[in-house]
Amino acid sequence: MSAVVNEKKLKVVGTRPDRPDGVPKVTGTAQYGADFTLPGMLWGKILRSPHAHARIRKIDASKALALPGVKAVITSADIPDQKFEYIGPERVAVNFWHMTRNIMAREKVLFEGHPLAAVAAATPAIAAEALKLIEVDYEVLPHVIDVDEAMKPDAPLLFEDMITRGIEPPPTKPSNISKKLGFKLGDPDAAFATADEVIEASFKTAPVHQGYIEPQSCLARADADGQAELWSSSQGHFVVRTFTCRLLGIKTGDLRVHPAEIGGAFGGKTVVYVEPIAVALSRKSGHPVKIMMTREDVFKSTGPTSGASMTIKVGVMRDGKIVAARGLFKYQAGAFPGSPVMNGCMCGFAPYDIANVETEGYDVVCNRPKAVAYRAPGSPISAFAVESTLDLAARKIGMDPLAFRLKNIAKPGTPTVFGTKLQHAGFAETLQALQKHPGYNQPLGKNQGRGVALGYWFNGGGESSATVHINEDGTAVVATGSPDIGGSRASTAQMAAETLGIEYDRVRPIIADTNSVGYTQATGGSRVTFATGMTVINACNKAIDEMCARVAKLWKIDRADVIWEDGCARPAGKHAGEFEPMPLKAIAAKRTATGGPITASASVNAEGQAPGFSAQFCDVEVDPETGHVKILRYVAAQDVGRAIHPSYCEGQIHGGVVQGIGWALNEEYIYDKNGRLENAGFLDYRMPVASDLPMIESIIVEVPNPNHPYGVKGVAEANIVPPMAAIANAIHSATGKRMTELPMSPPKVLAALDS
Amino acid sequence: MSSDMRYEAPATLEAAVALLAGASGVARVLAGGTDLLIQMRGGRVEPALLVDIKGIGEMRSISAENGGFRLGAAVTAMEMSEHAAFAKAWPGLTEAAMLIGSYQIKGRATVGGNLCNASPAADSVPALIAAGATASILGPNGRREVKAEDIATGPGKNSLAKGEIVASFLLPARPARSGDAYLRFIPRTEMDIAVVGAGINLTLDEKGVCTHARVCVGAVAERALLVQAAADALIGTPVDAAALERMGAAVSAACRPIDDKRGTKAYRIKVSAVMAKRAAAIALNRALDRARGTK
Amino acid sequence: MAKQHVTTTINGNPVEYLCESRQTLLEVLRDELHLTGTKEGCGTGDCGACTVNVNGRMMCSCLFLGVEAQGKSITTVEGIANGEKLHVLQRKFVEHAALQCGICTPGMLVASKTLLDRNNNPTEEEVRYWLAGNLCRCTGYNQIIEAVLDAAKEIRGA
Repeated sequence: MSAVVNEKKLKVVGTRPDRPDGVPKVTGTAQYGADFTLPGMLWGKILRSPHAHARIRKIDASKALALPGVKAVITSADIPDQKFEYIGPERVAVNFWHMTRNIMAREKVLFEGHPLAAVAAATPAIAAEALKLIEVDYEVLPHVIDVDEAMKPDAPLLFEDMITRGIEPPPTKPSNISKKLGFKLGDPDAAFATADEVIEASFKTAPVHQGYIEPQSCLARADADGQAELWSSSQGHFVVRTFTCRLLGIKTGDLRVHPAEIGGAFGGKTVVYVEPIAVALSRKSGHPVKIMMTREDVFKSTGPTSGASMTIKVGVMRDGKIVAARGLFKYQAGAFPGSPVMNGCMCGFAPYDIANVETEGYDVVCNRPKAVAYRAPGSPISAFAVESTLDLAARKIGMDPLAFRLKNIAKPGTPTVFGTKLQHAGFAETLQALQKHPGYNQPLGKNQGRGVALGYWFNGGGESSATVHINEDGTAVVATGSPDIGGSRASTAQMAAETLGIEYDRVRPIIADTNSVGYTQATGGSRVTFATGMTVINACNKAIDEMCARVAKLWKIDRADVIWEDGCARPAGKHAGEFEPMPLKAIAAKRTATGGPITASASVNAEGQAPGFSAQFCDVEVDPETGHVKILRYVAAQDVGRAIHPSYCEGQIHGGVVQGIGWALNEEYIYDKNGRLENAGFLDYRMPVASDLPMIESIIVEVPNPNHPYGVKGVAEANIVPPMAAIANAIHSATGKRMTELPMSPPKVLAALDS
Repeated sequence: MSSDMRYEAPATLEAAVALLAGASGVARVLAGGTDLLIQMRGGRVEPALLVDIKGIGEMRSISAENGGFRLGAAVTAMEMSEHAAFAKAWPGLTEAAMLIGSYQIKGRATVGGNLCNASPAADSVPALIAAGATASILGPNGRREVKAEDIATGPGKNSLAKGEIVASFLLPARPARSGDAYLRFIPRTEMDIAVVGAGINLTLDEKGVCTHARVCVGAVAERALLVQAAADALIGTPVDAAALERMGAAVSAACRPIDDKRGTKAYRIKVSAVMAKRAAAIALNRALDRARGTK
Repeated sequence: MAKQHVTTTINGNPVEYLCESRQTLLEVLRDELHLTGTKEGCGTGDCGACTVNVNGRMMCSCLFLGVEAQGKSITTVEGIANGEKLHVLQRKFVEHAALQCGICTPGMLVASKTLLDRNNNPTEEEVRYWLAGNLCRCTGYNQIIEAVLDAAKEIRGA
């Protein structure tokens, strides 16, 4: 990999052009998951369990099928079963035996809202009426919601044969603990014995929903010859294809998935719910089928992230050095295994240089919807516990919390608990940028407090593809396979324009369907600007190479004697100065004579990503009579490597912080004694509204990643990691009380104040 | 099937009453629809007849009457806030109505609907009761006048007979040194249902002593509670700190809340006093401001 | 029961449609008239994605029956621009990167335009409270508020 392009040479990267998809999105013409229709289309609706845990004795759909206008009913009997096996790397392993049961219950329903049948009918009203006519005979079973309760020996079992993985020898009795894992560095026991102070505290977090505004929706069309098409809103249409094909037994080449515009996701649209059901209904009915989830469906049956129960212990010296740390992390996976507890164990202490660390994690099932990725999955949860405990440690030794963290900050070469050494700079630089913010030393008023916290995230690389078409008028179309959630078309076009040496508005980026561009992993893990960006640059460089070859042919000189500079082919070497530089537009105009269409494709499995890192402080005011917490000021610094489009980097920081504020203060799932969700709507699942917030102040720190041509690190996730602890630490500073359980809602804060 | 619903938009109150009285199945009045349409979507009510009363002039206007105001039951919160004279006379009631949902909702929601929907947490109801409003009800047997506090009887239940419609409210004439206020507690700054709410309406004499007070709290019982003991704690005092403390204690003592997704019993009992005290302080300032204005 | 016949005005155009009495205006706009710019985020008036303007007031079209549109004048996001010329709010939303996913944008634009039509000099606090019924999960609202304030400034000619 060549060195990072010097900032001074950049013309397009680092500027703030209008996004290419802006106008359709402000005029209402952009098409999202629910906006597609086809002639003869039917409406699909899904029957969902009213029980948190029950055995399905019988499903009788005969009355529903008899209703005029009903064209098809399916249950799990219409979907092939899957082999029980975990596939892929442990951190992101998939088990299709679980996945097929998650999209359509088989033996049991495991959470309220669990799908167990679906209908396709001529109108939404008929489909809704048909659902009421499906008769289900349930044997209601005892349920368990809380993680600590689910781990007890006498807890109701979701899977009667589940033996905990990761323990040798394996336990003889089944439990709700799907997996145990751990990491160790150095000798924590010995180090704790040498510490001047040892601080230990326990914490709980609530499961929270990604809260995207667009419910999952799709349109499916299946033909009698086995081919099918899907229009769906997802973070990865190739992932939708892989999962849907596997779940329904369709050949990969036979399912073409079109990426709709996506109305928010944050990790929640990396899996399938409605897509296989719509395809199955379409196959059975012979008509196109559209399924739209309701908001209630979204809350009851799509993934939140885990809630957790955690205990943290740190040993510090009086000079501020952390000598030992230990973390116990118990994460709720929901109804099927697969919480992000491994990430939690890896990320919690990753910002720090601590020689002796041990983390232990448990993945626990319970009668809630299955957890799915949510922005830096797993890391914000462990960070709440770790960063809160470090605040207690800094108080104990009387040290400024930022100075304490800076003293212990990880640097290139610092070993991590998970075995690798930190490869990249940027942590200390980000902390120092926050320290320099004038607000950090401003005095506070009565009932006000300030808190700080740090956040780490791996960031992602992985598989991406792109195709560049050089058009006859000197414009370029850049097709990628990455759905654009937050402005990646703009950054893609900027990197392409920079590389080709043409203006930004001569590049038209598109997101191509699964049959029109190479395989590309989902938009997630802060990977798109890094990995898809890299493959776009590679494809552009291939196109440049092709154009140089064509010019060499025109000039009748060796290919090696033509170079590309400022959007032009130039003679070089022994021919330097012999010909006028030929711009891209002129080369494009001669394409027919020089060999035909100029296109180039590239694919990568990108490596060399650099971690995301954020340092934040916030000021709060606590109403001593109501426990209400007001955010007065919020400042977030983040190392982005290099900001391709600074406005969208800032937007990622603002958005991540505000999601964290919601997680900290009000968001939670409230279950009744029967395991039914009482707040399955935006009214009582209280996400931040505009009037709750000040302007979030973002500080972009740029320590370029040497492994990317423009220095990109990735920006979308690290920002959500610190807020919960930063706010808890600020509340402590305002009130002297330590909040150890999320959300820090007014009743909990008032109870703490009165204790 | 559920789509078989009749929709009528009569032009007169009498026609609306006749439609409701003559309905054979479930009939509902459609005012702002901000509660009813959600209930219909959730399948909690499946009306056979909807009577849209927004075309009835008498229910859509605010007019002067006997030195006070006649407030049409289908006047929206936004229309109330835009009626300068009404909003000036009853700032607490107007603010309470303007706390109902988003601005999208405020443009639709009506005080009559808020009252008849009978949610114990309805924001405009404690303020309406504290104001001493009287509802004018038209039904198949003619017109009757009922105090606002006697309309809602429990969650989702009201005292209206079949065919009856709350047409309007009479807000009494304001003595010179009077003020009202409403405050609620919610976890966010907007968009939540009140965890507790408190409406206060008080009048002072020339020396600044409280001669009349009404204190009504919401979301702390099966319906909004008019707390006489709380009013008594203010009457005869200059509404000083000691009186406010006694008033708050009386409010807390009257509460009989439940634990639910929006708050705990203990929290509601404590914070109802906090809201009542803060609202009373605002009402007092308004009364004093008005007294200064009349000098 | 037979469908109801409704005569109304949408984005300045006379429109007639048939709808079931239970259908919401949102369903009529999207499913009958194919005006899919108006989005459904919740169906219960809590997110504002379906905001439309009815006779000068903004409403959640999910809490408004199709039959209620009789004789009204309705503006949706599709009616904000003047032909090819974007409304200043639309332009400022794009310039300020006030949208990431864009699903809340139609509702935000209709709500913001309703505000600026009433008050072209709002404070930041007034904008924040006016838009409290429009949820955005992507932006943290910063750039939306900035776009509205900047649009107001341009409208005032300041």
